Amino acid sequence: MPSIIDVRHVYKAFGGLKVINDCSIQVEEGSITGLIGPNGAGKSTLFNIIAGALLLDSGQILLDGEDITNRPANELFHKGLLRTFQIAHEFSHMTALENLMMVPPQQAGESLFDAWLKPGLVRQQEDEVRRKALEVIDFIGLHHVRNELAGNLSGGQKKLLELGRTMMTDARVVLLDEIAAGVNRTLLGDLVDNIERLNREMGYTFLVIEHDMDMIARLCDPVIVLAQGSVMVEGSIEEIRNNPQVIEAYFGSNVA
Amino acid sequence: MNELVFFINNVIIAGSVTGSIYAIGAVGVTLVFSIMRFAHFAHADMMTFGAFMVLLLTMAFPGVGGAVGLPTPIVMLPLAMVLTALLAVGIDKAFYKPLRAHGVKPIVMVIASLGVTLMLQGLIRLFAGTGSQNLYLAGERKEIYRLDVPFELATRPIIVTEPQIILFILTIVCVVGLHLFLNRTRLGKAMRAMSDNPDLARASGINTNHIVAVTWVVAGGLAAIAGTLLSLDVTFKPDLSFFLLLPIFAAAIVGGVGHPYGAIAGGFVVGFAETLAVFNWTVLLRPIAHLFPEWVEIPRNLAFVGTEYKIVVPFFILVAILVWRPTGIFKGKVI
Repeated sequence: MPSIIDVRHVYKAFGGLKVINDCSIQVEEGSITGLIGPNGAGKSTLFNIIAGALLLDSGQILLDGEDITNRPANELFHKGLLRTFQIAHEFSHMTALENLMMVPPQQAGESLFDAWLKPGLVRQQEDEVRRKALEVIDFIGLHHVRNELAGNLSGGQKKLLELGRTMMTDARVVLLDEIAAGVNRTLLGDLVDNIERLNREMGYTFLVIEHDMDMIARLCDPVIVLAQGSVMVEGSIEEIRNNPQVIEAYFGSNVA
Repeated sequence: MNELVFFINNVIIAGSVTGSIYAIGAVGVTLVFSIMRFAHFAHADMMTFGAFMVLLLTMAFPGVGGAVGLPTPIVMLPLAMVLTALLAVGIDKAFYKPLRAHGVKPIVMVIASLGVTLMLQGLIRLFAGTGSQNLYLAGERKEIYRLDVPFELATRPIIVTEPQIILFILTIVCVVGLHLFLNRTRLGKAMRAMSDNPDLARASGINTNHIVAVTWVVAGGLAAIAGTLLSLDVTFKPDLSFFLLLPIFAAAIVGGVGHPYGAIAGGFVVGFAETLAVFNWTVLLRPIAHLFPEWVEIPRNLAFVGTEYKIVVPFFILVAILVWRPTGIFKGKVI
């Protein structure tokens, strides 16, 4: 299987603190890969580096064989690499529906000249985007709050909105940063279903940071364990669960 | 009646003129703040630069305006707006962008913009001299309209000048245009998105560098309009707009920083406050003087502050707003 994301020997330090230390991971196309590790292992930092929100110190990142090292996030978005945020981000002064409608790339309205010279084309595209956004908002079950300001939604609803955002465009790889945190059990089931469906039907590849081991067990194969900024072990969830090194990293040596 | 006409001339019209100029200036300041999160002190000198460009263009092509029936400076204004927008984008590329790339604190950007202020002022002085110059060159003059009031008792007319009328029209055009831009166009929405959450904007595929450039183009264009119309109303001076910095920032803060409609409202609040504060109320009281008891003597000058202390008015408003309602009339921060 070809790997769609290939992280090669990445280093990143904040001041004297080496957060990512010679880290190399591969994400296979079409997989749902889990990324776990104790707090401070560098999971979110690695995510931010892959997603273009942080610059790396050295190393290389490939997206489907193309070098994307230190490219800005908006460029990666147009290459089909999307991410959600650990703490849900939203445009708080726009409605839930408008939040989704912000996403689709390369609309005619993007250019100042088209906005003035081709209002018909722009309106037609706006209508299309609106239709799509309404579809997505039904899918994630937020239809009843679509006209509320996103800033007023609950934490869980904001998480759903994050997932909805990735569905507005033809993504190839989606990085999910603790999408389950703060979402209630019922919604969580829907969330997992949606992720699986997107993976199966739309061919999305997912890289998932998660603390909820049940969700990891249900969703992810393979699972990568990160500790102190580099890969400790990689394998199926069963292998990970029975690995003494992992147990020690999570619970301390006295348990093992 | 004449007293009322005097009031209209000195408060309503004069207040609208200063209010419009403050409003257009404050919108630029507030847009830059909402996108880049720093107070851009060089904005006033971008206004002067715009007026200076109009002066140069008018000198280069005198008499063009006669052909279309408008003053030449107004005909040259669109070109000056383009040049000022280019200057704004250029200044950003040369001075602010490297600082942003290093992720400096906003205060560093503010200091950098102070440096740009001094540089721009120096450059304009170098080429334009330090004296004041009339934007109406030989052969053209400021049209003054005297509108007679249809009342028996009113013998004095309401006076407006041509640049003032153009100023009112352009202010309305700017406000409507800005509203449509921010709410209807995708680019305007992307600006709103970026001012709301820049990280998410990038993660949503919005090219934030592009948005920053667009912001400078809009701010530069508006600055050129404000500067030129101010110079037409009075005369062009290298330090003319610099003294507007305080009222413009007061207007932006009164309206809630980062809130363009607030900035427009704030501009008019500060403008009218200034004209009302320096207005001599004796003029209005004199006709009803016989209603007062005899021992009341109306002083000759009954203004809150003398004209020469006009600048304290925005200063007072600024302090008052910061103390009692720091977020401004409208809640600021995002577009």
